[in-house]
Amino acid sequence: MRASLLRNGKVLFGVVVLGFFVLLALFGPMVLSALGLDARANDISAIAAPPSPEHPLGTTQFGQDVLAQVIEGARGSMFVGFLGAAIGTAIAIVVGVPAGYFGGTTGNLLNFVTNIFLVMPVLPLIFVVAGYLQGTGLVMIAIIIGVFGWAGGARTLRAQAMSVRNRDFVQAMRMLGEPHRRLIFVEVLPHLYGWIASMFLGGLIGAVMAEAGLAFLGVSDSSAISWGTMIQAAQQQSAVLRGLWWWFVPPGLCIALVGTAAALINFGVDELANPKLRAASRRVAKRTESVRREAAVAERA
Amino acid sequence: MTEPVLEAVGVTKHFTVASGLGAKATVHAVEDITLQLVPGRVTAVVGESGSGKTTLARLLARFYEPTSGTIRLEGRPVGRPRGDAELAYRKAVQLIFQDPFGSLNPLHRVRHNIDRAIRLHHRGLSRSDRLARARELLERVALTPADDYLEKFPHELSGGQRQRVVIARALAVEPRVLLGDEPISMLDVSIRLEMLNLLDRLRREDGLALLYITHDIASARYLCDDIVVMYAGRIVEAGPKEAVIADPQHPYTKLLIESSPDPHRDVELDRDDVFGSADELGEPPSLIDPPAGCRFHPRCPFAMEQCRTTRPPRIEVGPGHGADCWLHDVGRGHELAAASMTRLVSRNLTEEVS
Amino acid sequence: MTMIQERRPDAAAGDAGSDVLLEVRGLTVEYAGPSGAVRACADVSFDLHRGEILGVVGESGSGKSTLITALTRLQRPPAVTTAGRVVYRPREGGPAVDLVTLSPRRLRGLRWTRLSIVLQSAMDALNPVTRLGEQFVDVLRTHDRSLSRAAAWEEARRLLGLVGISADRARSFPHELSGGMRQRATIALALACRPELVVMDEPTTAVDVVMQRQILAQVLRLRREFGFAVVFVTHDLSLLLELADRIAVMYAGRIVELAASREIYRAPLHPYTQGLRDSFPPLHAPVERLEGIPGTPPDLRLLPAGCPFAPRCPHAFDRCRTEQPALVDHGERSVACHLRDPEEVRS
Repeated sequence: MRASLLRNGKVLFGVVVLGFFVLLALFGPMVLSALGLDARANDISAIAAPPSPEHPLGTTQFGQDVLAQVIEGARGSMFVGFLGAAIGTAIAIVVGVPAGYFGGTTGNLLNFVTNIFLVMPVLPLIFVVAGYLQGTGLVMIAIIIGVFGWAGGARTLRAQAMSVRNRDFVQAMRMLGEPHRRLIFVEVLPHLYGWIASMFLGGLIGAVMAEAGLAFLGVSDSSAISWGTMIQAAQQQSAVLRGLWWWFVPPGLCIALVGTAAALINFGVDELANPKLRAASRRVAKRTESVRREAAVAERA
Repeated sequence: MTEPVLEAVGVTKHFTVASGLGAKATVHAVEDITLQLVPGRVTAVVGESGSGKTTLARLLARFYEPTSGTIRLEGRPVGRPRGDAELAYRKAVQLIFQDPFGSLNPLHRVRHNIDRAIRLHHRGLSRSDRLARARELLERVALTPADDYLEKFPHELSGGQRQRVVIARALAVEPRVLLGDEPISMLDVSIRLEMLNLLDRLRREDGLALLYITHDIASARYLCDDIVVMYAGRIVEAGPKEAVIADPQHPYTKLLIESSPDPHRDVELDRDDVFGSADELGEPPSLIDPPAGCRFHPRCPFAMEQCRTTRPPRIEVGPGHGADCWLHDVGRGHELAAASMTRLVSRNLTEEVS
Repeated sequence: MTMIQERRPDAAAGDAGSDVLLEVRGLTVEYAGPSGAVRACADVSFDLHRGEILGVVGESGSGKSTLITALTRLQRPPAVTTAGRVVYRPREGGPAVDLVTLSPRRLRGLRWTRLSIVLQSAMDALNPVTRLGEQFVDVLRTHDRSLSRAAAWEEARRLLGLVGISADRARSFPHELSGGMRQRATIALALACRPELVVMDEPTTAVDVVMQRQILAQVLRLRREFGFAVVFVTHDLSLLLELADRIAVMYAGRIVELAASREIYRAPLHPYTQGLRDSFPPLHAPVERLEGIPGTPPDLRLLPAGCPFAPRCPHAFDRCRTEQPALVDHGERSVACHLRDPEEVRS
């Protein structure tokens, strides 16, 4: 299954791109020192300078190297992205799976909580929470994103858990006397891994974009550099008006690339899971066509 | 006759379902069932869909609780299953599902399934002991070499092999009662007999009490000792298999037997004789609003006034053989043997319509 | 009302009189799998006579359902007909056509009016948002533009009456009818345009034995009136022994035996047919221990060389494991088994 996953063009592209940014995030500082760049250093000789050999992506209004900032920003954005997605997915599992598995009063209660979070006006609440908490470091941003973004996933997992627990093999293990705890973790949860992975990737996109959005609106760690803070700084300095495109295009492009990569991986996995989807059936149709051509009979399609 | 190991006494189960726009309806799935399972004997429960036979199996397996009535295990009534009592019940009574492709988790090997069953009911066995037991179990159900099968995933096994694994898993807990809910109906025809022979061997070797649920009377006759016929949630006839099949004492039983394909019957019969009279045979009633009195009366060519109003009592028509039919109360039981039930029912229903 | 011969006599006397409706020769269907093509149906040949009921029996992997979709050209990728022809001879003696190479447009012209199909899940094939009668009217008027709505509704009610559904139910929606009624309605729908051939794929497997008896009685009555032939595919040999004129037994994609049903019951020639017949315990005859057939149906991707039944056959000998037996005629019946090869019988 894994082999055919990687053979899929979309998935391969997505994995490569996402992998690239993950590595960039992990080894950021090493890359920076290897290239001799510093994201915070102000090069007064080159203020708002367009891309040049010394500064391949130009400089900001404060003379900071954009390339260096992008690399440093990868760290910030990816960190928030992964942590936010992880927190959101974790809460979705903890709330959604028991809701679907147990049903009844427990299920209804958990469902009720899920629904509340679903209809909450997220943005105003984030501002309230952020304003209340002194200092919004990256970790706090990730937690906020996770805490406000789990509801959709929980709903899906509830439905899936409900359908799995009604299948014969779960009933059969229950008949053997398996306790609920083991049933959930050993029999039901493994069937949800696909959904959970998909949720995590979706959460990743969402979290990276949410971070950028929040930073743009001013809710961010003032000392950290991320793609979002870059875009925010660019906007504050009226980069658009001044034509300093090299300041906000690279970080925006990176966010878009990460989002696209994660989405492509998701599509690819979806195709594998559901052979009825167009691309999968296109492969089947191609195979059928080659068998038909070799056949002794000219069956008209 | 030995003491029954599991019995249902007056068991009734009603389900509440939503029936559009907030209204609630009650499905009278099974009504006042009394039956006994004796060690070493196979009891077949025969009926069509909607007869309540699957609900009965689930009640006996303690899937859910009866609305009223008692279930007795080894003479003692069982209350709501909780904790140790529940585990003890599960050890005594096991259920085999109909679908061999769904009863095993596709993500786990055979080894996992059997091992869990052993561990749950035989605490404190060492790993090698459990492995030895698992091998023994697979050998009992003729899945050899056992070591090969232990490592396989369900999708690598055929339907018959999966069902054997399911049986082995059930046997791992060393039950006294095995409930089979149509255990062979989803298997290929040529391997069904093997499975029935296996069940037969197991009950002889272990003295199991077997409940075999099916819609196929011929297979019931092959395996069982006693037959119970269910219709619309009630038992209409029960007794030793030869008595019930050769000389049915309830109109529905007779209709069922006549409708079952039997190529071994008089081969000189023309196709039109076999099928000709079956034009309008009716359908089982809705369980939400079942007919009053005898639930078969709308289709029954012998229906009398009391059949429409009062539920018939169980009347003994032979040793260990009883039928719930008013005909026997008024001395008209012999009329059942007379004509073709198919012809009678069909004529009865077509006359009603026209 | 034409009286069609009820049961074809065993001797199928005088071939001049017996019209062949469908001539199938060498039909082969392959599935384009990820690891190569798999033959679901291999080299299937048989004749279908007008008004005949031909039963096709087999288990999983026998190819019986594939055969049906190939005959009716209803197959979807990855299934492809790679060889053979299905020659249809119209009742009025028009030119015979090969259904396999027919263009979709001409095929549409044949569907419903000459050839129709009833599937296992037919009861779910009714449009849930259209009234029952309306679906009949739809079909009737599509194939006969001159029919007025009133006349079509009248015919719809009549057709429903033929399968025991009262006229007032014609205005019901499918979900208001029981499963058995829906199945009967779909059968009536398949017969709406008086086809010459009705193909049925396990039409009664999903209903109870009593409803099955009722449905088949009605199908037989309609057959007497309209004179269509039936190809009835099922795994239930005991039913076919009572219902069909001739039975084709399929195994691993091939026909292994084809004979009158009485012969199949009395004296099956192929060991698989014998085993299959003995897999149905009797309802009234004395009960004795039966064995069924050991082993499992083969994986079509890994067919052994020689006869596909050899691994399970109690009478297999060397030749069986190396050479595929051909379907050979023995008078009115055919069987694909080396045991029955005149050469072997002699030696």
